[in-house]
Amino acid sequence: MTSYLIKNAQLPTGEHQDLLLDNGSIHAINPHIPPPKHAHTIDADGLIALPGLVDLHTHLREPGGHGETVLTGSRAAAAGGFTCVHAMANTFPVQDRAGVVDQVHALGERAGYVEVRPVGAVSEGLEGEKLAGLAAMARSAAAVRVFSDDGHCVFDPVLMRRALEYTKAFDAVVAQHAQEPRLTEGSLMHEGVVSAELGLTGWPAVAEESIIARDVLLAEHVGSRLHVCHVSTRGSVEILRWAKSRGIDVTAEVTPHHLLLTDECARGYDPVFKVNPPLRSDDDVAAVREALAEGVIDIVATDHAPHPTEAKECEWAHAAFGMVGLETALPIVHEVMVTSGLMTWADVARTMAELPARIGRVTGQGAGLAPGGPANLTLFDPAARWVVDPTRLATASQNSPVRGREMQGKTLWTFFRGVATLADGELVDLGEEPS
Amino acid sequence: MTAVLTHLLSARDLDRSQAVAVLDTAAHMAETQSREIKKLPTLRGRTVVNLFYEDSTRTRISFETAAKRLSADVLSFAPKGSSVSKGESLKDTVLTLGAMGADAIVIRHQASGAAHLLAHSGWTEARIINAGDGLHQHPTQALLDAFTLRRHRAHAKGMEGDGLGSDLEGARVVIVGDVLHSRVARANVDLLTTLGAEVTLVAPPTLLPVGVETWSARTTYSLDEAIEETDPDAVMMLRVQLERMSRAGGGFFPSHAEYQREYGLDTKRLGRMRPDALVMHPGPMNRGLEITSAAADGQRSVVVEQVANGVAVRMAVLYLVLTGAEGGPS
Ligand SMILES: [Zn+2]
Repeated sequence: MTSYLIKNAQLPTGEHQDLLLDNGSIHAINPHIPPPKHAHTIDADGLIALPGLVDLHTHLREPGGHGETVLTGSRAAAAGGFTCVHAMANTFPVQDRAGVVDQVHALGERAGYVEVRPVGAVSEGLEGEKLAGLAAMARSAAAVRVFSDDGHCVFDPVLMRRALEYTKAFDAVVAQHAQEPRLTEGSLMHEGVVSAELGLTGWPAVAEESIIARDVLLAEHVGSRLHVCHVSTRGSVEILRWAKSRGIDVTAEVTPHHLLLTDECARGYDPVFKVNPPLRSDDDVAAVREALAEGVIDIVATDHAPHPTEAKECEWAHAAFGMVGLETALPIVHEVMVTSGLMTWADVARTMAELPARIGRVTGQGAGLAPGGPANLTLFDPAARWVVDPTRLATASQNSPVRGREMQGKTLWTFFRGVATLADGELVDLGEEPS
Repeated sequence: MTAVLTHLLSARDLDRSQAVAVLDTAAHMAETQSREIKKLPTLRGRTVVNLFYEDSTRTRISFETAAKRLSADVLSFAPKGSSVSKGESLKDTVLTLGAMGADAIVIRHQASGAAHLLAHSGWTEARIINAGDGLHQHPTQALLDAFTLRRHRAHAKGMEGDGLGSDLEGARVVIVGDVLHSRVARANVDLLTTLGAEVTLVAPPTLLPVGVETWSARTTYSLDEAIEETDPDAVMMLRVQLERMSRAGGGFFPSHAEYQREYGLDTKRLGRMRPDALVMHPGPMNRGLEITSAAADGQRSVVVEQVANGVAVRMAVLYLVLTGAEGGPS
């Protein structure tokens, strides 16, 4: 295994240090480490060293899906600075049993770019009627700790209560896609001024907020922990703030696209901007940014949702929901949260690595950069500028909402268990044949 | 000098001078239609494709007639299985039509934004005319409504030539009914207010979209109040889409009888309006629901005239879009 000496990187704390990676671990961190023999030296002057990013919300579409595989999604993750992703359960077949989650986990290990942690379905077939085999998935080789019917809301309050209770037995968390289904039948975009004008059926903020309000109260009642996926509205933020002030064990995520874009993007009817929950108003964007900086929203999660071209090259109403995001998440967070002064690099490390790992109960990921720790880290150049060309992304799909947009900063190196998966901005071929 | 129309996607595409130019062109077209030989050679050799994903015999026939009277070759295409998964994609259909040499595509589609998508997709060089997209826009309907209004205002003032050159400054129009699901309402609010009219929308609160407060129209929940307060030049009754009214939440209003009582146009309400106020309806009408037969067939009803004016307006739009001209044909 190659050793790496990273010279003069800026750590999240702001100090400049050399880091020596050896045999899968961070061997040393010092202001000056003399280059050992056989070590590959990286001049990291001007680069930010972060713990390898951990995504709590990724769609890898395997088994059975279109637009991505575990391998292509893992490569996209590595290119974006991630060393761990949580693969959502809406695959074909659904990740609702041990056999399927183990398969996904094994595909991740075989690809080797990141740690792939399968998310288990809450309900059988994501149908919202009957609990899936939660304990079996938790005890399997994949050791599932996050359960979600993402894409569907666990709407039945009794089922949600049972899921919250049952998962306590193995310290897992239920990650809720908060969407009141009756209030969102046929919904195509955020309900507001723009939807009224465009004639696209509205997805009202209250449909998200009412479920979050119910769920935090349920979590309090049964003493469970709850995670809220892709929070998108000011009202949701206020409910979360209230819940946290009461000591309710709730965590929440926001996506890069909800931090950056608004419902104004729908005006051209370009389905690349169609996503669920939808892009919201300016005021909502301001609210989720503040909430992330304040810690009311705990983490950034990508909700990376690849779709083949034909699923987006059509009428808005017929297009699939979702956007890719793994490779642009860190530049977007840099732009909207760091250069704006809302967050420091330490906050980025906390919200994109440390806390997502803690919520997902992932050991060996997300911890601060420290000697003896696993060599999962990434080097980011905040000064680099590049324009997003979807055909040049590592993901197998091109539905990037920031295509043609200049990104502020670029991930140059990613190390997973001491192995460089991204080297000087180029993905390393780990020798796995595309499946 | 008014800008050339490349496509007609939304009533918002037109500023006041462009809208007046379209109406003036339509007036010239209407004049030719009272001649013995109605056919003009203007678009000879051009191909107009009517691409209708949604059944609408009246709009399709109106466009077909308009194109034929201008001597264009007309193809009508009604793809089946236009739902999400079935049938050919819009892209493939449009590529095919391009290969057949379509110069203009008139598209009617259930999906809001379908016309916009065609115009901006790069899939076709053809000019795009929106014949109704989902809940979004129906610009030729708004143009024919404006044309009808303008003509009657001109006649009332004793002007010659259907009000050539004039706008709708000061006209008061009340639009009643299912604004939430109505592309006709959206297009008319945009166009009529661009032309200087004052528009009042009347509907039960359940049938007004969230966000309507930013529109250039006043809104009220009471038809009687709207008639009393605005003393309208015209009331436009929107079709109640019965199939939509029984959906989630048990419907948008309690019963047909209650809707009729609160929002229907009958002779009693008609009696409280000015004697020369117009009764308009984009059709097809639900007689006995949003409008009684007496109101629909009465002296002040211009429903049939709207249909005739539709042909003239669509001739004007096809002419302007396909020739790049700025005014009436010489
Ligand atoms: Zn979701």
